[in-house]
Amino acid sequence: MPSNQDSKPLLLWLQGLTCNGNTHSFLNLENLQQLLDKFELMYHPSLFSERDFNSISSCQTSCNILIFEGTYDPLMKRNGVLISEMLHFYAKGADIIIAVGSCASFGGLFKATSPERNSGLIFSEDQKEGPLLAYKDKLINLSGCPVHPEWIGYTLNMIAAKKEIQLDELHRPIELYSNLAHHGCTRNEYFEWKIDSDDFGLKEGCLYYKQGCRAPMTHASCNKILWNEVSSKTRVGTPCFGCTEPDFPRSKLFSTKTNMSIPEDVPLGVPKRSYLTLTGIAKTFHIKRLEGKLIDYKKTD
Amino acid sequence: MTKQERRTTIISVALKLFSEKGFYITTIPDIAEKVGMSVGNFYNYFTSKDVLAKELVIFISEYLGENIRQINESDISTQKKIYEIVSMYFNMADEKPEMIEYFLRVYLSNREVFSDGCEGMICVSPFVTEMMMFFNDGVQCGDLYDQDFFSAFGLFMGYLGGMVFLFGEKILPEPLENYKESISQNIYNALKSR
Repeated sequence: MPSNQDSKPLLLWLQGLTCNGNTHSFLNLENLQQLLDKFELMYHPSLFSERDFNSISSCQTSCNILIFEGTYDPLMKRNGVLISEMLHFYAKGADIIIAVGSCASFGGLFKATSPERNSGLIFSEDQKEGPLLAYKDKLINLSGCPVHPEWIGYTLNMIAAKKEIQLDELHRPIELYSNLAHHGCTRNEYFEWKIDSDDFGLKEGCLYYKQGCRAPMTHASCNKILWNEVSSKTRVGTPCFGCTEPDFPRSKLFSTKTNMSIPEDVPLGVPKRSYLTLTGIAKTFHIKRLEGKLIDYKKTD
Repeated sequence: MTKQERRTTIISVALKLFSEKGFYITTIPDIAEKVGMSVGNFYNYFTSKDVLAKELVIFISEYLGENIRQINESDISTQKKIYEIVSMYFNMADEKPEMIEYFLRVYLSNREVFSDGCEGMICVSPFVTEMMMFFNDGVQCGDLYDQDFFSAFGLFMGYLGGMVFLFGEKILPEPLENYKESISQNIYNALKSR
């Protein structure tokens, strides 16, 4: 173990098959430097680091916290060294391993390119399968495409403070992933009264019925911890794609799968029969205020 | 007789009178007399004729819903489910004609009675929800063609309602029983995957 009680934890950020989306997200963290000051950054591909990649790929030292971004591809090499070899070497000595993004967590987008070969670190979609299964007890998944920078910040701050992070069955921090993306959505009144949004980018209407929104079935705090502190997909009129879930990416992200006009997937934990009963009754009523542009509504009309 | 049993008796009697004599002609004294209770006591059960009218729709809807739910939850093909729903509906028309008659001749023909508190899906929700479940499951398992819900619902229930109407008017040359097979087949042919 490289650290002693007085030194900062050694942090290493490695990449598999990735678009760098999680790195970009991380660089947008509001108090990035303040967070990094709590660690000794051994290596990050986009930040000034203590070591260069030659030193990292030679696998001669170890780290306390291993962050892995991207899908695991057993045949992939960086600097002529198999990612698999580096991953196993650093994982063995690390106290904590963090898979950032849905690719590292569940396989994600780059699993789709080679579904039989590629995977996440301990999950292949929702199946426990991956190169680091032996280290699953010290592995945290931060899924998302990309992961929210604040979620990385929360996790690293908790680690720096030596606080316990409780995880769900997919190894995601409960504090961040017990909420649904639906929670805090500004369109909830439209969801209650089952009023659809006819297009993207509109302020009015719910995106669940036609536009493919997965927020009621997706564990994410995007509408609670806002992006760039101001917004979210649903707030600007784009459906949630369910990017934090193991089945991401699904096909036809911009349309809701229905069976005879009935959504195939209903809000998490709600029996379909109960949901349809509620929907049918809610649709009986016509709330004039919610049927047009909000700014045009006048009580006296 | 318990209060619940008395309530059920009122519902049963009212269904018969409304469907035989019509909604407006039937009075609360008529119902109370047939049940064998005072008019004053009747109001302990239903506060008005309109309230009773809505309760009857809910009663029928729950009856239909419960029966269709059992069919939906049985491990049979969609084609067989169609037959079972048709069969249940025709049996009901045969054995409890007042329920279908009330639905067709009172509920659908006197919308003004049901416009406040019983509009849209409110009173018929148990029944329509089960039909939604039936169509959803049928499409999901690949047996039925994915189309607009009301296009399919209208085809299914409109067909059955029409046949029961012809039966009630004594126009059908054969008993309803004899039409179950062919009508089920027609509905399946119209809705099945293409």
